[in-house]
Amino acid sequence: MRDVSMGQYYPASSVVHRADPRIKLVILILYLVTVFFCNSFFSYAFMTVFVLITILLSRVPILKVLKSLRLILFILLFTTVLMMIFYVDEGSAPLAEWGIFHIYLNGIYAAIKLGWRLMLLVMMPTVLTLTSTPTELCDGLESLLSPLKVLHLPVHELALIMSIALRLIPTLIEETDKIINAQKARGAAFDSRNPFKKIKAMIPVLIPLFVSSFRRADELADAMDSRCYRGAKGRTRMKKLKAKAGDFIGLLFWCVITVCILFLNYNWFGWAFITMLSI
Amino acid sequence: MPFLEFKDVEYSYVSGEDELTKALNKVSFAVERGEFIALVGCNGSGKSTLARLANGLITPDSGQVLVDGMPTTDKSALFDIRKKIGIVFQNPDNQMVTTIVEDDVAFGPENLGLPQDEIRARVDWALKSVGMQDYATSGPFRLSGGQKQRVAIAGVLAIKPELMILDEATGMLDPMGRREVLDVVKKLNRDENMAVIMITHFMEEAAAADRIIVLNGGAKQADGGKELFDTPEVFESAGLDLPLYVRLSRRLKGIGADIGCPLSSDEFARAVANLKGEGEE
Repeated sequence: MRDVSMGQYYPASSVVHRADPRIKLVILILYLVTVFFCNSFFSYAFMTVFVLITILLSRVPILKVLKSLRLILFILLFTTVLMMIFYVDEGSAPLAEWGIFHIYLNGIYAAIKLGWRLMLLVMMPTVLTLTSTPTELCDGLESLLSPLKVLHLPVHELALIMSIALRLIPTLIEETDKIINAQKARGAAFDSRNPFKKIKAMIPVLIPLFVSSFRRADELADAMDSRCYRGAKGRTRMKKLKAKAGDFIGLLFWCVITVCILFLNYNWFGWAFITMLSI
Repeated sequence: MPFLEFKDVEYSYVSGEDELTKALNKVSFAVERGEFIALVGCNGSGKSTLARLANGLITPDSGQVLVDGMPTTDKSALFDIRKKIGIVFQNPDNQMVTTIVEDDVAFGPENLGLPQDEIRARVDWALKSVGMQDYATSGPFRLSGGQKQRVAIAGVLAIKPELMILDEATGMLDPMGRREVLDVVKKLNRDENMAVIMITHFMEEAAAADRIIVLNGGAKQADGGKELFDTPEVFESAGLDLPLYVRLSRRLKGIGADIGCPLSSDEFARAVANLKGEGEE
């Protein structure tokens, strides 16, 4: 069985893999914001180049990243087609027309930009999950959110819940298989085409699964208690996240890119120039 | 002062509506540091209840459980009690907290609030002690049952308890996995002088211990060394079998070939070989 708890982690030794997960998360947020600011073909191309550089640096086969686009293929086609046929450009004549549908040149441009943006939005988070283990991401989130402890948000507990959930996914999948087989052996029909019957057939699977999950949770709680767990109080960590100089250089680099995009798109160069002249 | 002491411990749990089932009835015994004890009894004899009472997961209805003089009813002492007594449970899948072996072993020492280097050192040492150092960075799902249970033992070991209780820790393992776990536990008892209480209904495992406590219906039926195997009634009335080699040698004795009381395949083979030598003389 494939190890589900590792997510889609692609083990390799690269700068991107080694980078501090917190920095990766911050860069991802920065990147996503930047993509939303992009509005010209040039800026999209600019971002695409950086995504490609990141993929190259991560030593993850590019096909792995492109595969993730399959998941959004439907949304991608649906939204771009809708954008194309419903785009209304008052200033020019439509290239084609069928009833309420019009295709304008600018409509095609807008649709391409939309599709491109969606792809950019999906590709970078994929690179993140391909290059960091779920545990790293959990730890990164815990560390990034830790200032919220001041507001009495149980950050440590949330991170622990996340990590236990990840850890139990494969166990529960295995358990579900077992229960389904047990029910099949007793003549339960899971292969009905009727969706209502299908849902009904799942009930005798879900109830034992719930019961056993509670029992597991109980046992796990006992095991954790026995191993001296008493919440975040007085707890230390074996693996402390440590951002290296390279991580900060990467972060700085992305900050620069973000600023560049803003200038490119909003012609802030010109604006800054005029402001300077007027002073 | 004994390390762990049960004094007239009684415990009942609720079964059904307003119905109490007595799991333990006036159980008393003491465990010294470094002892290797097998706690045997059939299902429902109160073995697991006893384990959970020992580190304060549950507290006795009457009587007292003392760990190094601290009663388990004292909530403020629980943390210290659990530092001294570790429990390995039956299902390895239900006692792992993280997706990476070494992180899971680190869970205990992390809870103790030890400095980073100390945790690292303990994790490496614990994994080495159970022979799992090569799997430190792998996910628990690639491991066999015996390997997973050895990781669970390492997780308890890293806390450096003075007593480790294995609550049917080999119950879900195949014979190979059972031997792996038993060997590791024997080694820890010998090399680290860690006391061990092995809860089991596999009599072959019980034969490895220095002292055997037999529970029957929530009461202590017998408590003694290997000489207990000379009185099979003690085990039979508790619904247990004698270990295979003890049974074999008793049968041999029945047909006039006295080979003593061998407890393992090695001892048995040696005893039979001796017998053969004597016969030829």
